Amino acid sequence: MSRLALEKLKERFPQAVLDTHDFRHDETAIVATESLKEICRFLRDDPELRFDMLTDATAVDYLLDPARTAPRFEVVYHLYSTSKRRRLRLKVQVGTPEAGRAERAGSGANPSEGDRAGEPEVDSLCELWPIANWLEREIWDMYGLRFRGHPELRRILLYEEFVGHPLRKDYPKDKRQPLVRRPEPEIAEVLARRGRARSLGDGTSPAEKR
Amino acid sequence: MEITPHAEGELPIEPSVINMGPSHPAMHGNIHIKLTLDGERVRDAEVNIGYLHRGFEKECEAHCWQQIFPYTDRLNYVSPMLNNVGWALAVEKLLGVTAPERAQYLRVIVGEIARICDHLTYLAAQVMEMGAFTPYFYLMKGRDWLWDMLEEISGARLTHSYVRIGGVAWDLPEGVKEKTLEILPKVEGILDEVDHLMTRNRIFLDRMEGIAVISGEEAVGYSWTGPCLRASGVDYDVRKAAPYLVYDRMDFEIPICSTGDNLARYLVRLEEVRQSRRIIEQALAQLPAGPVLLDDRRVTLPPKAATYNTIEDMIAHFKLVVDGICPPKGEVYSYTEAGNGELGFYIVSDGTGRPVKVRCRPPCFMGMAALSRLIKGHLIADIIPTFDTINMIGGECDR
Amino acid sequence: MGLEFTTGRLADAVNWARKFSLFQYPFVTACCAMEYMALWGPRYDVARFGAEFPRFSPRQADMLMIVGTVSERNAPVLRRIYEQICEPKWVIAFGVCASSGGFYQNYAVTPGIDHVIPVDVYIPGCPPRPEAVLDALVMLQERIQNGEGWSQRQYRLDQERARLGLAEGSRP
Repeated sequence: MSRLALEKLKERFPQAVLDTHDFRHDETAIVATESLKEICRFLRDDPELRFDMLTDATAVDYLLDPARTAPRFEVVYHLYSTSKRRRLRLKVQVGTPEAGRAERAGSGANPSEGDRAGEPEVDSLCELWPIANWLEREIWDMYGLRFRGHPELRRILLYEEFVGHPLRKDYPKDKRQPLVRRPEPEIAEVLARRGRARSLGDGTSPAEKR
Repeated sequence: MEITPHAEGELPIEPSVINMGPSHPAMHGNIHIKLTLDGERVRDAEVNIGYLHRGFEKECEAHCWQQIFPYTDRLNYVSPMLNNVGWALAVEKLLGVTAPERAQYLRVIVGEIARICDHLTYLAAQVMEMGAFTPYFYLMKGRDWLWDMLEEISGARLTHSYVRIGGVAWDLPEGVKEKTLEILPKVEGILDEVDHLMTRNRIFLDRMEGIAVISGEEAVGYSWTGPCLRASGVDYDVRKAAPYLVYDRMDFEIPICSTGDNLARYLVRLEEVRQSRRIIEQALAQLPAGPVLLDDRRVTLPPKAATYNTIEDMIAHFKLVVDGICPPKGEVYSYTEAGNGELGFYIVSDGTGRPVKVRCRPPCFMGMAALSRLIKGHLIADIIPTFDTINMIGGECDR
Repeated sequence: MGLEFTTGRLADAVNWARKFSLFQYPFVTACCAMEYMALWGPRYDVARFGAEFPRFSPRQADMLMIVGTVSERNAPVLRRIYEQICEPKWVIAFGVCASSGGFYQNYAVTPGIDHVIPVDVYIPGCPPRPEAVLDALVMLQERIQNGEGWSQRQYRLDQERARLGLAEGSRP
């Protein structure tokens, strides 16, 4: 990947770069959330680095990591320079540590239901790379992290009526929120008679009602 | 709806909003495009994806590392082997192991066959959706021959799950090498027929040339990779830029086009099939003898005879199946050249048998992000060829 | 040639015509689409069964073939298309994802389209081989001939209710 990029970053933004590592030769820098946009602009425009492609952006939820003291979420950006053939991973950590510890202890409101305190914010990179528009919408959809300055932060993979953010660790995998009221009465009866009525786990199945 | 005067002395125009999809024959699955039309011209387009979101990432968090292969098959389902290879390489990077040489060659061979299948399917859909039905049947015939080969190798026509962490599941059956070498020229013959029918066809050129042009810099801004990016003049192919497996030993070229329109994306894929054929033939010629699975009990299952007869191997088998492979704690991003471009897997491990995070970086998601910019200003009839050239595969785009 | 002889009952003749001229509406979503494409191809050739040409408008179709996974987001779309198809109509669930959700048992996927619409034939397989699909098509054709399709039965039930003077939707 790119040791040069890490060195230049540490030189130019000594306070903002919190940590670096290169596990399996993937150079990674954890940076302060406030300086993210400035750092990305530098990485994109610096003539020696020229990271012109935002290959990927995603988030990770470390709720279930017992030893972790850092904030709960990490937003991970992968950058690539098509001319220099170099890669870099940038990470920012969001979600207040107190909230993270409270969630791990099981106390406090359940942030999966989308209350404001549980929606940490990061600066949007839409100005720098157009693809950030959709990538950030997906992070919002799946993790509930807001992006300041995003023109249109709405769900992309799921439907608007969906409540919660499914890739968070406290969202149960098979908690369905069906859009179609079901089952239809005739189908429900037939399914029940054939012994095929399945429980949807949300108390609406006719098999449970009987 | 604002009413805008069209030009001096002309009647005012009210743009109409119509829905294209989500269930639409040319929407390759389900894509919803909300078009704001000025007559036949697209003034604005809002592209809505996500109708095939199947929770790939959430499922992966609930499964062991080696159980994820069937899910990766169904990402880009027209070239499942390439996704399998990408996933295996990602976990192997995390583990810090390398598959044996023969397995690497086999991965290249099946991966390139899958790439040919991907491009043949793209061609079939492209021309059929523009109204040319004949090449579709020729290409289906060719694809069925290739699927026969993949079925002999892996056991399934489509969702193979042939690759394993540490190698491939089993060796090539007898006779496959010869049959593949027989079939490849026939498949290229079909490609030549389709090329002959379409590439200089007046109607085809009118619908493809100069439509939906995107420059190299803009494409890079949208994180395009793969044939679409190479059609805009940017020389980036993971197999050459950062060679993996045994691609550095193969002699092949990367087709690049400078115009960045629909025709360019079509031509690049056409030529890539020929290059893939070269790679397969070279790989089959160079195929070394040797094991196809790493002999490492932390990673691969022991052979059945050993599992039944020795206690160490039985315990190893038990641990691998019940706990799963336990890679070291850490995170990696591993990338390969899939049918549509750079297929990346960003995986985070906490040392247990199940991942903390699996992110699939889908190449066609980036293509779709640029779709509304591509079709703005063009006719409704131009939407279909443009959408086809992006080769959106729902399983990969929506995961 | 193999001309089938009608037994003199009009219903049989009509069903015979229906079964050999199915107009599919392919509600295609996912990987099963690849096998669906192969079905149209020259080797498996669904045209031999009369069910070749798809009609991309639900008004012009009579068989709804759900090919691939139906996500929760897609379920209302599916329901709407089903309602738009005119009677008599038949439904084939192509693949395990359409039949039961497949191995995607999570928040995003409808666990089988029979939670949304009534299904006549289920084709298991991930994806099913084209031969399995043709087998299912022949099975559906037999059902159509015997009048056992869901909408055909509903029609007879409605007729019974009308004859007995019962309200719509009640048990005759």
